[in-house]
Amino acid sequence: MPTATPNAPTSSRSRTVRFAIVRCDGPGKPERTELFDVPVEPGANIISCLQWIAANPVTIEGVRTTPPTWDSGCLEEVCGSCTMNINGRVRQACSALIDAVSPSTTPPGPGGATITLEPMRKFPVVRDLCVDRARFFRNLERIKAWVPVDGTYSLGAGPTESPDHQATRYALSTCMTCGCCLEACPQFLREDKPEAWDTSFVGAAVISQAVLFNDHPTGATLKPQRLDVLSGPGGVNDCGNSQNCVKVCPKEIPLTESIGAAGRQVTVHAVKKFFSGR
Amino acid sequence: MNGSKHRVIVVGGGLAGLAASVRIAEAGLPVDIFSIVPVKRSHSVCAQGGINACNEVARQQGYSEYEHFDESIYGGDFLAHQPPVYEMAHWAPKIIDLLDRMGVPFNRTNEGQRDLRLFGGSLYKRTHFAGATTGQQVLYALDEQTRRYAAEGKVTKYEHWEFLWPIIADDGACRGIVAQDLRTMQIRAFRADAVVMATGGNGLIFGQSTNSVMCTGGAASRCYQAGAKYANGEFIQVHPTAIPGADKLRLMSESARGEGGRVWVPAIKGPSGGWTRHPDPARDPRQIPASERYYFLEERYPKYGNIVPRDIATREIFNICMEGLGVAGGNMVYLDLTHLGREYIERKLLGIIEIYRKFVGEDPAEVPMKIFPGVHYTMGGLWTTYTPKPDLKGMTLGAPNSMMCSVPGLYAFGEVNYQYHGANRLGANALLSCIFDGLFCGLGVANAVRDAKRLASDEPQALYDRAAEQENAKQRRLVEGKGDQNPYQIAREMGAEMTAASTVVKSGPRLEQALAKIAELRDRAARISLADTGMWTNQNLSFARATADMLTLADAILRGGLERRESRGSHYRTDFPERNDAEFLATTVAQCNPDGTSRIAFEPVPKGIVEPRKRTYGKKDDAPASKPADAPKAPALALAAT
Repeated sequence: MPTATPNAPTSSRSRTVRFAIVRCDGPGKPERTELFDVPVEPGANIISCLQWIAANPVTIEGVRTTPPTWDSGCLEEVCGSCTMNINGRVRQACSALIDAVSPSTTPPGPGGATITLEPMRKFPVVRDLCVDRARFFRNLERIKAWVPVDGTYSLGAGPTESPDHQATRYALSTCMTCGCCLEACPQFLREDKPEAWDTSFVGAAVISQAVLFNDHPTGATLKPQRLDVLSGPGGVNDCGNSQNCVKVCPKEIPLTESIGAAGRQVTVHAVKKFFSGR
Repeated sequence: MNGSKHRVIVVGGGLAGLAASVRIAEAGLPVDIFSIVPVKRSHSVCAQGGINACNEVARQQGYSEYEHFDESIYGGDFLAHQPPVYEMAHWAPKIIDLLDRMGVPFNRTNEGQRDLRLFGGSLYKRTHFAGATTGQQVLYALDEQTRRYAAEGKVTKYEHWEFLWPIIADDGACRGIVAQDLRTMQIRAFRADAVVMATGGNGLIFGQSTNSVMCTGGAASRCYQAGAKYANGEFIQVHPTAIPGADKLRLMSESARGEGGRVWVPAIKGPSGGWTRHPDPARDPRQIPASERYYFLEERYPKYGNIVPRDIATREIFNICMEGLGVAGGNMVYLDLTHLGREYIERKLLGIIEIYRKFVGEDPAEVPMKIFPGVHYTMGGLWTTYTPKPDLKGMTLGAPNSMMCSVPGLYAFGEVNYQYHGANRLGANALLSCIFDGLFCGLGVANAVRDAKRLASDEPQALYDRAAEQENAKQRRLVEGKGDQNPYQIAREMGAEMTAASTVVKSGPRLEQALAKIAELRDRAARISLADTGMWTNQNLSFARATADMLTLADAILRGGLERRESRGSHYRTDFPERNDAEFLATTVAQCNPDGTSRIAFEPVPKGIVEPRKRTYGKKDDAPASKPADAPKAPALALAAT
């Protein structure tokens, strides 16, 4: 049994799970890994364990350290905040239940399982598990991810829509800008210099958002501008078709279908531009 | 107009904050939005069920904006001011149209019209929805419009910045804020001609709740400490159906009941009609015969059944468990969708069903869900004023005092505003009130700023330097503190105490006891020592600061509850179980003392256009009374995080 755990497990149903957390004090600072033993109750998830560590920041060696830093928000997998690599797989920490991530009941130590938490690697680290996803939001701005309405005054209803069309748009519209698809993508590379963002690959989520807004009758008025971005450097042609994005998307958004649709739209756009000379 | 001289600050990037920003920017004034999280990640994403508005189908069945108004007033047990609610109900259809134009993927009928669902507190279908993630979809639409205005340079977003204090000039008006960059930890003062607080609720005061982790109420508390009045703090909505969890209580939307979900417990019906516990606590719910399922809401409220308003459903579920009739004798009841069929459930409720599947590991299409009430919504908030129309049917559009706090120039929109919901909010009225505040009252803010005689740009720099230094000094005291107290432990004890004393059932002695506990915690909070004293992305520091602010608000919540010697809406006192209009048809107004305690006054609710009537929701007279056990055990929702 662990001896250095600051608080002994309180319930007979609980068990102890070891966490290896990759720590970094700030941009440009060296990384280190710290180990924590955490008493885990049934139903616990990565966030509840991080909360426990923050309140009891003592490593397995009995060394008092700073509480780890991480991003979180809704804890219902709908805000997109708490993306991190958990045992090497990118996902939301809130929906990562300990019993599923680490079912082994062997106590920590030789033969016992360890849950490893690392920050996303495709974005600059702010501190510990927090990263800066500003590039992601910048790309949403570049592709004009909005419907250009005539202001907020009352001008009647929007266009009617079939249930099937709504279902298609709703699926794309559940994208929570979490970044899992970008982390898993071989073509989306870390880029710390904001001046290089506009020519680096935008990634699956942003392409999918362009398709979403192109598919709305009013949103489509900006389709040519969106396709200008997607046909330029860092656009849809940079996709290497690894299909990792769709495998890791926590919302099961059909990202590869969006990429396919964007590819076709870009082709038509290029042909139109060729013949119109614009 | 000299637009460039003006600036408006909006604190909070949820629905209310973004609706206000868009509307104020559209009126030609530059807006600075401050938000702890990227605005797209605000707590509004968690709203599931929908947004209420009169619609053509309901209208042709006899529904109208007036009915929506009346339901909201009745649902709120007559505590809400009526002109704002009247105005909101009449704007609701226009707001739906606007969101529709912005591209919100509302569910559709076969013909392509917006689909509707039934929600608590109404007998008409008047709730518009986008799957089971309506809040997310509506927030995204406003986030997109804000992004557009940001791209056009009309809005500036300060994301990962925390509001620390309102800056109040020598004439008593708010002309800026102090805020902190949560990465560099830099503290800065910002000038503004008006400040809109849109900072949401305070669920974290209760430890576990359905709220997001940033919903501490810290920002509202800081305004309160700076002199703004706080109103109806004791009115906290406990949602009847939440999924207990180790880190939070996850909401199971009211739409589950609106779409036909039935609440029941396993029990045996005796010869006299009363229900008792079944001897076998471990039965598989799917094997329990219909005759041994006690559908207690349907039996006690034949008219509304499972869609009684939240405070009533919550108390009934709580009482059933206190009577020992909960599932396996514990604090849980079944919320059953299995009879609806997988196809229907997945089409109408996919988002919330996924939450249950992911976080509990069971499929609600196969097995009834196990749920229990959880703290959900803050009806109270910063005290605000407005200009009623002379006939009380609505508010004057563009009035400069629209939802202005007791501090001039400081406004409160959305959940942090105490208006609209009275003693109990109806489901799917929250998204509406947030967007309505932003759009309707945003215009008032723009007018107030344009007509202001004195501007932030006229104020001396010393005002801002002093305010920033005051916050720096507070922070130094916290960082250099050498005490023996852990902020997480204090927050945990506060949450447990507040949940046990001040949620579903309350009593005078228990509230007194809780006030003593909060005083003890306040003393201990003065002796916090931080586990992290660094000056880079220090979450420990932010949390410790918010903990002290939560304690201040907790005192106001408890003292309001103690002095309100009646029961109304969500506020149920075992020692005063009846509504008492003679004494308490009144807003609770708290003001903060220098030591962090509160003093309470009551301000009569102005006469409106409907007279208060008894709020029964057609409860059967012979049904067991909704009288809770006198000494309730701390319910499951009191369990603090590990």
